[in-house]
This record gives sequence, structure tokens and C-alpha cells, in this order.
Amino acid sequence: MAQILGGITTSHIPAVGNAIDKGLQDDPYWKPFFDGYPKVHAWIKEHKPDYVVNIYNDHGLGFFLDRMPTFAIGAAHEYRNEDEGWGLPELPPFPGAPELSWHIIESMVEDEFDITSCQELAVDHGFVVPMQLFWPGAPNNPDMPRAVPISANTVQHPIPTLKRALDFGKALGKALRSFPEEAKVVILGTGGLSHQLDGARAGFINKEFDQYCLKNIVSNPEELTKISRMELVEKAGAQGTEFLMWMMMRGALGDEVTEITRNYHIPISNTAAGTLLLECAA
Amino acid sequence: MVQHSHDYHIDIPGTTVFDGRMAMKGYPLNKMCYDFNRAENREGFRADPEGWMEAYGLREEQRQAIRDNDILGMIEEGGNIYYLAKLAGIFKLSVQDVGGMQTGRTREEFQAFLASQA
Repeated sequence: MAQILGGITTSHIPAVGNAIDKGLQDDPYWKPFFDGYPKVHAWIKEHKPDYVVNIYNDHGLGFFLDRMPTFAIGAAHEYRNEDEGWGLPELPPFPGAPELSWHIIESMVEDEFDITSCQELAVDHGFVVPMQLFWPGAPNNPDMPRAVPISANTVQHPIPTLKRALDFGKALGKALRSFPEEAKVVILGTGGLSHQLDGARAGFINKEFDQYCLKNIVSNPEELTKISRMELVEKAGAQGTEFLMWMMMRGALGDEVTEITRNYHIPISNTAAGTLLLECAA
Repeated sequence: MVQHSHDYHIDIPGTTVFDGRMAMKGYPLNKMCYDFNRAENREGFRADPEGWMEAYGLREEQRQAIRDNDILGMIEEGGNIYYLAKLAGIFKLSVQDVGGMQTGRTREEFQAFLASQA
């Protein structure tokens, strides 16, 4: 059976993709952010996951408002990005793992999570930037695992509740642990932390709330399910609702986790950037 | 004010909750902007913005907000920031430029405001 090694979270700001493309990792603005990743690289090198489940939120590339799935799972042989309207570099395709995708879909629908399955899915910066951060040169990295993208709706309300996100993760963890292959899986939860791009409150960041979320997601994620969705918008900012991805990731890891590394930095672009690596009990 | 049973929103100053009501209001505007994912549509808009807005059936208020570079007006008209960002991309505006435009700050002032929250 497959084994879940752990979970990694990171912000997935598009500007990071441009900074990587231009090699700005040691630039004074970017260094405090990129300094959060060497420990993640070492951990990945040591454990070499075979599969990566990348939980992100599409921002208007893979899905539009004509059909907006609450939870969508890619089931394709490969995934391509696009320039998204601002000239992001177009990369070679990321290899998929459709047999694992369909196993997850079967298991989750059995557990009453109604999934939108996608045999074609353009992946945006929410998926791509974390891959580039964790596997430098992605997808052209010799250790690049095959990927299963999972996208949750945070574009249009109603968005899932924090409890639903955590429960989704629990069902995902169950699905992965029942995959009949000796394989190692890592789960990404991307997006966040606090930020707001739109409205008169644009630029809002909430360090105190982020620290509260970072603390509890490690050892007490159930506590965070008490946060209502409107409270999340109010305290994390309109786009800080991406924290739902972190909840989905966390649910899949099980109760006992060890924190390997964390980083938190304000600001990168308009965002409080957070990174966290949690290892599952063996 | 009468509260509809499905309207669970709280008032968050300076924040528009993009729900079904806003999504319906902003549909043509957001659809046009979503299509800017493709370079040929960005070029089409650049060449003839009025014709392009007409083709997508934007309401007059939406067209005027675009003519005025009025981001807050676009949001009030149902624009969603993730799609509007693609319109901003045509004008090479970053999210800090857009942040400044919405809050009455220059780009530099907006960046300083972000950093002040560290």
C-alpha cells in the first residue's frame, strides 16, 4: 500500500514564478522568502516521493464561472500551464498519474465527496509555482514525481467550509493509504497566507491571525474548523481563503505529525508568505 | 433592511464578497477577461476595445469603468479580481499597481504599506 510521507505548504504567488525565471533567489527582496526552501529540498532528496498530490485553487485558467466545481481532481496523463494573460513562462508538461487519480476519485465518491473529474486540466500558477519551488527546474527535475492536481473553489462564494476542507483531506488520506502500490506520496497545500487583492481594503495582511493558523494547523487543526467562512474572509483577507488548501492537506496527514521546517515572511507581492513542512509518523 | 435567508454575509469594510449575485452581475465582464488567457484575445481588445466590449455584451457601467481604469468600479460591477488581473496584464500593471489604484496610493506607497505590516 502507498505511504504518505508528509505534507508541504507554500504560498503560490505568480511573482515567485517570475523571480525563479529571472534567477532572483539571492536578491535582497526575495532572499528571506527563498531561504525557506533548502530544508524542503533536502527532505525531498532524502525521501524521493513517487507521487505528488498538489492541492491548489485555480484562479481563472482551468475553470471559469460557467462551470465552477467545488472540488475537482485531475485524471490526465499530463498537465500543461499557460501564460494566464500576463506572460508567465509556458513549461513542458507535468507528468500525471491517472491510475492514482481514478483510485482517489473512486474512494472519495464512495466516502460521499462528490468530485468533478477532469481528463483535461490546464494548471495555473497555484499548481506550477509550488512545483518549481520544491523541485527546482520543474518539471525537468530528475526527482519530479508524477502529479495529481486537486483544485478547490475559492473564486466564487459559497466556498467550502474549513471543516469540509479538513474532512476532504481525511478522506483523501484514506484513499491514498489504500492505493495498492508500494509508493511514497507527498501532499502539497498551496496558497495563502493572509492577503487581499481587491477593494478599498486591498493590501490587508494579518500577521496575528496567520500565526494562529500556523500554530494550530500543526497540532490542533480541529480548532481551526470553528472559523466561519466570513470570519476567514475578514481575518485572512478576501484571497486568504486559500488557507482552505492547507486544511485539505493537513487532513490527509493523520493526527501525528512532526514539523520539519517553517518560514513566514511579509510581504512577497501583496501576500504574507508561509511555508511549512510536516512529516507523518512512520 | 430585509435579510434574505441565503444572505449570510457579514459586512466587511472595503471588501466585496464575490457570491452568486456578484457573479451574475459581472458575468460578461469576467468572461471577456477570462478569455484574455489567450494572446489573440488580448490583441483583439488592444486593437478595438469598444468593439471587443460590445461583442461580449458588457453593460454600459462596466464599459465606463474600463474606460476610466476604475478598478473599484469594475468590482462594484461584478468584476472578480482574478479575471480583472488578466485585463491589468494587458496594461502591464502589477498587483501592487492595482492595489495602489484602489487605495489612492502610488505603487511605492502601496508597497511601503504592505511592508509596514511585517
